[in-house]
Amino acid sequence: MEPMAPKPSAKKRQLHPFPLRVMHWVNAVFMIIMIMSGWQIYNDEVLFGWLHFPSWMTMGAGPQGGLLWHFFAMWILVINGIAYTGYGLRTRRFRRMLFPIRIADVIAEVRNALQLKLHHDDLTQYNPVQKLLYLGVLVVIVIQILSGLVIWKPIQFSELTFLFYNFQGARLAHFFCMVAIVGFLVIHVVLALLVPETLKAMWTGGPMVDGETDRPMAAAQANRSKPQADGG
Amino acid sequence: MTARKPQTSLFRPQKLADQSLLAANKALVETINRRNVLRGTLSLGAISMLTGCSVTEQTPVQGFLKTVSQWNDRAQAALFRPNHLAPTYAPSQVIKPARFNAFYDITELEPVDVPNWKLELAGLISDKRTWTAQQLLTLPEQEMIIRHICVEGWDYIGQWSGVNLRYFLERIGADLTAKFVSFKCADTYYSSIDMASALHPQTILATKYAGELLTAPFGAPVRLRTAVKLGFKNPKWITAIEVTNTYPGGYFEDQGFNWFSGI
Repeated sequence: MEPMAPKPSAKKRQLHPFPLRVMHWVNAVFMIIMIMSGWQIYNDEVLFGWLHFPSWMTMGAGPQGGLLWHFFAMWILVINGIAYTGYGLRTRRFRRMLFPIRIADVIAEVRNALQLKLHHDDLTQYNPVQKLLYLGVLVVIVIQILSGLVIWKPIQFSELTFLFYNFQGARLAHFFCMVAIVGFLVIHVVLALLVPETLKAMWTGGPMVDGETDRPMAAAQANRSKPQADGG
Repeated sequence: MTARKPQTSLFRPQKLADQSLLAANKALVETINRRNVLRGTLSLGAISMLTGCSVTEQTPVQGFLKTVSQWNDRAQAALFRPNHLAPTYAPSQVIKPARFNAFYDITELEPVDVPNWKLELAGLISDKRTWTAQQLLTLPEQEMIIRHICVEGWDYIGQWSGVNLRYFLERIGADLTAKFVSFKCADTYYSSIDMASALHPQTILATKYAGELLTAPFGAPVRLRTAVKLGFKNPKWITAIEVTNTYPGGYFEDQGFNWFSGI
């Protein structure tokens, strides 16, 4: 990673701008509703005989209650997801925060982590493992949306069903993507608690950083001729 | 124009509430006033906070979720593709017998007396003559091998035949611009579907499974089979069909399951 050269002329902004924080916490609340109501729906017809979710982990009274919550949280996450995708593309946040990912960097970072050397001096940059995890969970969420659509509307969206072989394939994919999301959530929360500044930053906005890179693409393009335009 | 005698719906109670009950409890009813009701509500609220359970049937949260579910009905109706056909399968994939499912166990099943069974028609239908099982079997037959998907998550492939519902509704002079087609069953089950789904090419009144007449557990003599709805929207042992613009609900729908439940 090339260090970002300080630019005296650049406008300052917070690491996590306000709209991003709102979207993050809306996502946090409704993802948890989605997961817990999903476990309630799962319990009505389990995929694995050895796995039933205890009632304190589920949301909604009976399968119908789980379904009502699931199909309410779904719409909030649709709206939030559209807003987040639009924001990430327009401000080039995705590109700046997630790319490039180099295999050698990932291996080096995993080696560091295994030796319990966690580097979090700079909150403004994701390390290679963070990049891979965040990109990975975004891919999982796309598969989760597709498998969810197939389970909800296997006939209306029958053109998508083949992606998962059949209806039961979509149920399995939806289950394993849930496992991946819950796994991500656990790692994400544990790491945030280990480095509490990250948690605080997602609430208050975090340190002031060079403002150029979170501006809309058009503005960023106007500055492209300058030598150190964008970290990514 | 001749005034038509208003038809009482098959779906309404035959008898009104017993008036003698009201007379017997007249004193009690008269003691109800707003102040007492409010006071009562407060203590109810206190009780619910003490025990941590909800006392009332419908909390504000439940009411809100129900409203969202009604919104989901509209979203699904908008997504519905009237001429998009569900995938069909090979006869070798059909399971025999079909999978039994009802709101009670198969051992409690009370078979319909088929020779004396009659299908009644009500609501926005011009020819309300009843049908016998034998008469239904004389209608043109449509066969389809489709996937049955239950709201719980299980599924199976079944081979169903019977008269196309659109053909039947046209034949009896139903108002195809009405909103709902409602079904009443011999076992007190009831359900209803939207007209667009009723007119879908893969919605039939099934009288046969895998080429044989329906047996008692699977809806004899006639049940609904539609490729575009979840399993519980396919009532068995139908005794009456009503075409209506008044929302009819359904056995599971009234317990909080989404009404449209299209797939």
